[in-house]
Amino acid sequence: MFSQEFMRNALLAGTFIALACGVSGWFVVLRGQVFAGDALSHVAFPGALAAAAAGVDERIGLFGATIAVGAGIGLLGRRSFAGGRGTAAAAPADDTAIGAVFTFVLGLGVFFLTLFSTSSGGGSGIEAAHTLFGSIFGLGAGEARLAAVIALVAVGLTLAIARPLLFVSVSPDVAGARGVPTRLLGVGFVMLLGIVAAEATQAVGALLLLGLLAAPAAAAHRLAGNPYAGIALGGLLAVAAMWGGLALGYAVPGLPPSTAIVTLAVGIYYISTLVA
Amino acid sequence: MGTEPQLSWNLAHDLSEILEYHFMVNALLAGSVVAVMAGLLGWLMVLRKETFAGHTLSMMAFPGAAGAALIGVPAMWGYFVFCVAGGLAIGRSSVGGKRTWGEQSASIGAVQALALGLGFLFVSLYGGVLGDLDNLLFGTFLGISDGQVLVLLAVAVVAVAVLAVLGRPLLFASVDADVASARGVPVRTLGIVFLVLLGLAVAETSQVTGVLLVFALLVMPAASAQAVTARPGLSLALTVAIGLVVVWLGLGIAYFSVYPAGFFVTSISFAIYVGVQVGAWARGAAQRGLRPPEPELAPAEGVIV
Repeated sequence: MFSQEFMRNALLAGTFIALACGVSGWFVVLRGQVFAGDALSHVAFPGALAAAAAGVDERIGLFGATIAVGAGIGLLGRRSFAGGRGTAAAAPADDTAIGAVFTFVLGLGVFFLTLFSTSSGGGSGIEAAHTLFGSIFGLGAGEARLAAVIALVAVGLTLAIARPLLFVSVSPDVAGARGVPTRLLGVGFVMLLGIVAAEATQAVGALLLLGLLAAPAAAAHRLAGNPYAGIALGGLLAVAAMWGGLALGYAVPGLPPSTAIVTLAVGIYYISTLVA
Repeated sequence: MGTEPQLSWNLAHDLSEILEYHFMVNALLAGSVVAVMAGLLGWLMVLRKETFAGHTLSMMAFPGAAGAALIGVPAMWGYFVFCVAGGLAIGRSSVGGKRTWGEQSASIGAVQALALGLGFLFVSLYGGVLGDLDNLLFGTFLGISDGQVLVLLAVAVVAVAVLAVLGRPLLFASVDADVASARGVPVRTLGIVFLVLLGLAVAETSQVTGVLLVFALLVMPAASAQAVTARPGLSLALTVAIGLVVVWLGLGIAYFSVYPAGFFVTSISFAIYVGVQVGAWARGAAQRGLRPPEPELAPAEGVIV
């Protein structure tokens, strides 16, 4: 398995992408921003299609769209994290705004898809499928290295702001009173999430990112009480799902690696609900 | 069709040209049924702040359609089966309990990720070439048969009838779950029934707008209407009206254009939503400018603002 170059590239990129998803996902679950992360992963798709229609590298569109929408969500959502417990009444009210915005951006995606397919003549379906569901076995050596570096930077940034972000997420009022820049941290974190979303889109695709972002982190929340242990466990579980998924995708013909990765991640979460 | 349809300045002529085609009549009928049903259930969904659950349900339609294609049954049955199953799964895992909102939404997200992974597996097993993938995701209004319109109508009538029976307790439970629960309203059961009805609405809507653009009819009209008025009856009627206008305009424009209907439906819906939000903001700013700031009052519990 390791003698294949595409497999080595997939492992290199996948490991660090999963690590970034697990680590930032822990904060996503803590802050109740799963829907925001989901929206970011979906807007990656129109971003990539817009870049394809304009004839530039699709990664420019990916990162541009997710970071811009991330900034928008961060700026609009004044109270986008809710510490409330119990029913969905504690849900952040701006979920509706997120839903409206990202549906519109997806609508633009259809427009770009049509534009792209009429200008270049065919191939749009494959392009769309790759963006939506990822093609981790198709990464080149250079792409894989770049993906690993960007993912590492995202992990580093998340860990760098981990302490104040934790403070702000758990107790925004007290943190604000103590002079922590709550708003800046909120916006910064969603933009960081945008980078992670764009990055992970290349591995598992715009539609399946949520599996890596939410499921291992939710399991870590259940299993670990200590924040730093939780963050580490989130990263670890995501990497485990990635490795297992890649191996399964390689071994079982017809099984897409994205499906295997996401299924393992969700399986880990369900097991954690039984254990803890 | 022979020649490309041309938009002329004579709107009556354009309209009669559209209505000459049976597929356009069917599309408009199906779109109208879907707009009414999505409006009613979407209004409650926005009120209950279950937008993310609704989004996850709309994603369930994707494995539904792909699975139906795989085993060779009409896509419609796949939509209904998976969306209703999704409603039950989300209801079981998220309604009630002592979990934080973060973990509730994570468990909803887990359902969604699993569904999408399954859908992608079905697409690959189907042979990798699902020519209709774009239509599946972004909707098509061509080729809706008479039978499909009838099924859409029948399901919508049943769902709206159930909603009419459950409407009052459901509204009570949605506005104040704790008080409703204390008064003996089965809040948890109602929540699950609502998610199943929502699943049916999503299954219907995704057949017109496609899986990814369901919110154009489910969220945006309701969010617009609720920003305009706080009176439940009025905003419910407004939701349905906005939904109908969006569908009719979207389909009408799409007929004369090379771009897909989903794009127009979404854009018109979003334009209304943004317009209403800007209007509400301007109205609030004007009121704040006219009146001196009022003294701070403790917010009254249970008052819907």
